[in-house]
Amino acid sequence: MGSFTNAGPRVSMPDRPNEGSEKPMSALQTKIKVSGLNFYYGTHQTLHHIDLEIPENRVTALIGPSGCGKSTFLRTLNRMYEAVRNSRAEGVVLLDNEDLLQMDVTELRRKVGMVFQRPNPFPKTIFENVAYGLRLNGSGGRARLAAEVEASLRRAALWDEVKDYLQKPAWTLSGGQQQRLCIARALAVKPDVLLLDEPCSALDPITTGKIEELLFELKNTCTIVIVTHNMQQAARVADYTGFLLLGKLIEFDESPTIFRKPARKETEDYITGRFG
Amino acid sequence: MSVRSSIKTPGEGLQPVRPARRRGPRISGGLAHLLTLTAACTVLVIVGLLIYELYANSALSRSKFGWNFLVTQTWDPVFEEFGALPFVYGTLVTSALALLIAVPLGVGAAIFLAEMAPPRISGALTFSVELLAAVPSVIYGLLGIFTVVPFLREVVQPFLRETLGFLPFFQGPIYGVGLLAGGVVLAIMIVPFIISISREMLLAVPGDQREAALALGATRWEATWQVVVPYARAGILGSIFLALARALGETMAVTMVIGNDPKISASLFAPGYTIAAVIANEFTEATDDLYLHALVELGLVLLVLTIVLNGLARLLIWTTIGRRTEHAG
Amino acid sequence: MNRPTQRKIINGVMLSLTGVCAMVTVSILFSILGYLVWQGATSVSWSFFTQLPSPVGETGGGMGNAIVGSGRLLLLAALTGVPIGFLGGVYLAESGDKGFPFLIRYAADVLNGVPSIVIGIFIYALFVRPMHRFSAIAGGIALGVMLIPIILRSTEEFLRSVPDSLREGALALGASKWRMVATVVVPTAMRGIVTGILISLARVAGETAPLLFTAFNNRFWSTGWDQPTSSLPVMIYTYAVSPYEDWHRQAWAAGLVLLTLVLVINVTVRMVLSRNAPAQKG
Repeated sequence: MGSFTNAGPRVSMPDRPNEGSEKPMSALQTKIKVSGLNFYYGTHQTLHHIDLEIPENRVTALIGPSGCGKSTFLRTLNRMYEAVRNSRAEGVVLLDNEDLLQMDVTELRRKVGMVFQRPNPFPKTIFENVAYGLRLNGSGGRARLAAEVEASLRRAALWDEVKDYLQKPAWTLSGGQQQRLCIARALAVKPDVLLLDEPCSALDPITTGKIEELLFELKNTCTIVIVTHNMQQAARVADYTGFLLLGKLIEFDESPTIFRKPARKETEDYITGRFG
Repeated sequence: MSVRSSIKTPGEGLQPVRPARRRGPRISGGLAHLLTLTAACTVLVIVGLLIYELYANSALSRSKFGWNFLVTQTWDPVFEEFGALPFVYGTLVTSALALLIAVPLGVGAAIFLAEMAPPRISGALTFSVELLAAVPSVIYGLLGIFTVVPFLREVVQPFLRETLGFLPFFQGPIYGVGLLAGGVVLAIMIVPFIISISREMLLAVPGDQREAALALGATRWEATWQVVVPYARAGILGSIFLALARALGETMAVTMVIGNDPKISASLFAPGYTIAAVIANEFTEATDDLYLHALVELGLVLLVLTIVLNGLARLLIWTTIGRRTEHAG
Repeated sequence: MNRPTQRKIINGVMLSLTGVCAMVTVSILFSILGYLVWQGATSVSWSFFTQLPSPVGETGGGMGNAIVGSGRLLLLAALTGVPIGFLGGVYLAESGDKGFPFLIRYAADVLNGVPSIVIGIFIYALFVRPMHRFSAIAGGIALGVMLIPIILRSTEEFLRSVPDSLREGALALGASKWRMVATVVVPTAMRGIVTGILISLARVAGETAPLLFTAFNNRFWSTGWDQPTSSLPVMIYTYAVSPYEDWHRQAWAAGLVLLTLVLVINVTVRMVLSRNAPAQKG
């Protein structure tokens, strides 16, 4: 991690498109409002009183050292922790004014989709992978299904590469293509929020770049929350960044601020690579 | 056994000072190699001998009847007319019936144990199921005669005749023993195998497959049935084949409840006969060579069937385990 | 009813159904075994263990000879099957995957899948016919042949689970390959290997079919190894299919004894195995 000696104490910020036209935070809508979130595995508390507002149609990144709770936090947003025994979440997490901790979980997961660290396509065809989520609640006819699958594959920038091979099994795709397939699969149900848990950690730099470009496009129609251990990725991709340490949210602000002028010493130590 | 106690400390027991030999085994090494190699070859020899003996001791029957043996319906030791069909029929019917009963029950229970049950319950039940697979066949036969057969005779078969009696399967006199009894006892015997192997196959499915389905909004059942089970499908099928191979070769339990009648009948209430059962019953009474050879030929048929099935089963199971490592990349 | 609710209902129903499947199978199996215990317990007595079967039609008598007979057959089976299975397993564990070892493995799998009645035919042709008699030798060897593939595969598995780091440690100290195997690998895996042998012995102890025309049966004490020998499973079978009430009673008792033996071995062995698994896998 401590490889910033040449670049100086601050992470250099790339030029960001349309920077001037972004609204200041106060005028943004909040998509997800987290209030007092505590999380427990058994008696062990892993998240401590998190308060956070995730803005709509922006990319929010969560960074922090291993074990700081960023993945745990991400998974509370679509309640994936419920598969693990003895885990529970306390607090209020409002998704558009509805507490997602209380709402019906299958409905929640239609609104909040997830892409995992390693590509995990189903052992079905490319078409069937994308169609899976659509079929769950009734597909509404072959033609409509095919149109939706195409639209999702386009949004994931995969359509041109697979349009002639939709009936091929998904595992024949390369790793990067598989991950974009998983993104298409998640997008097919048209979620409001897309959660990405270190989506590029298993991929090469070129593919990573493609996926990051994707996120720029997607945020226009979707709210994105991405967990990453790669700070430069966060700096490149995210509008807002949150820094977690030992289960607490230390700082949350616009990315340029976090990476150039962090308010907290812990944040600064992490950014400059003094630990973690 | 702790690792530490089994490794000698350097120098203890090893020749001191002598330089390590790189080429050529020591005498003791050579002897050990020879011994193990001999043992391994013995296995080959046994298998070869087995096939040879079966082949040689069925010669009279094979030359007399040829391939017709497999499709002839008569089994008449007096007039020396031997045909395998009634036994093949009985074997297949009882096995098919056993599968029909045991597969839904077994796969359903495996799904419960692998996906639904809390770990302690799952562990305890799995342990019990594996113990049940160790119960000897003759004990299932014993229980079959005195519990299953009366139950079928008094309760199940009359009920079936009343409700579904228009079907040819459920017509005819009720004895208790018969094809249905054979199928039920076999089902009871193979269910533990299906549960235990299917459960392992389900547990071998990578966790992130299930997570992906849940994350898309699937219910627990949908994630299990639409994603996890298909992923493990080859292995589960393999477990069914293995159970079937076991059912085909099953001798004692079926012999005790099948009724021992070499006839082909559409009704499940009728007594029947399986290959293994007729060999068990008539082998020591075979008065002349042709009779004996016919029985051995039946054994040969059974052997071929089980080898083929076992081969298919292992292929299927390896496919599932192989898929898992491929996906994890 | 809209689709999401429908899906929820299906979810609940199917999940419960799988639970029902599990309960049904387990309870059927346990209840019929419970019946065996009840029936058998009322019939077991001291005379059961010590007396010979009484003449046909008379009540009383026991299965002393069958119990001893089973013991002798198992002994012979172990003497023939264990060395071959164990040594063969060692050979396979220290060999590669292709070529000759692959052939051996395949042969062992084939042998494992052979129906037990066919093994009986094989031994009949090989021993009973030439000797012109049924004998304990034939029966013991038949059971031994069944033991071989089971012991072979389980020995191989346990040996393979010994971590390579142990092997390398011994080799680096100058041990030759087979010395390393004999002094390091085998002792490490020994507990597992022994449990594998015990489980397989428990399995063949209950086998009936291969004995039907090899060891046959005997209503008296067998004196030599070349005479027909009684055994528990064969007695159970003979008595169960007979028309005599008293014999049925004795069949239950024998069934209980056999089942107890088999289950006790299995339970003990599995508990020992699960307790030690972490130490083995290193």
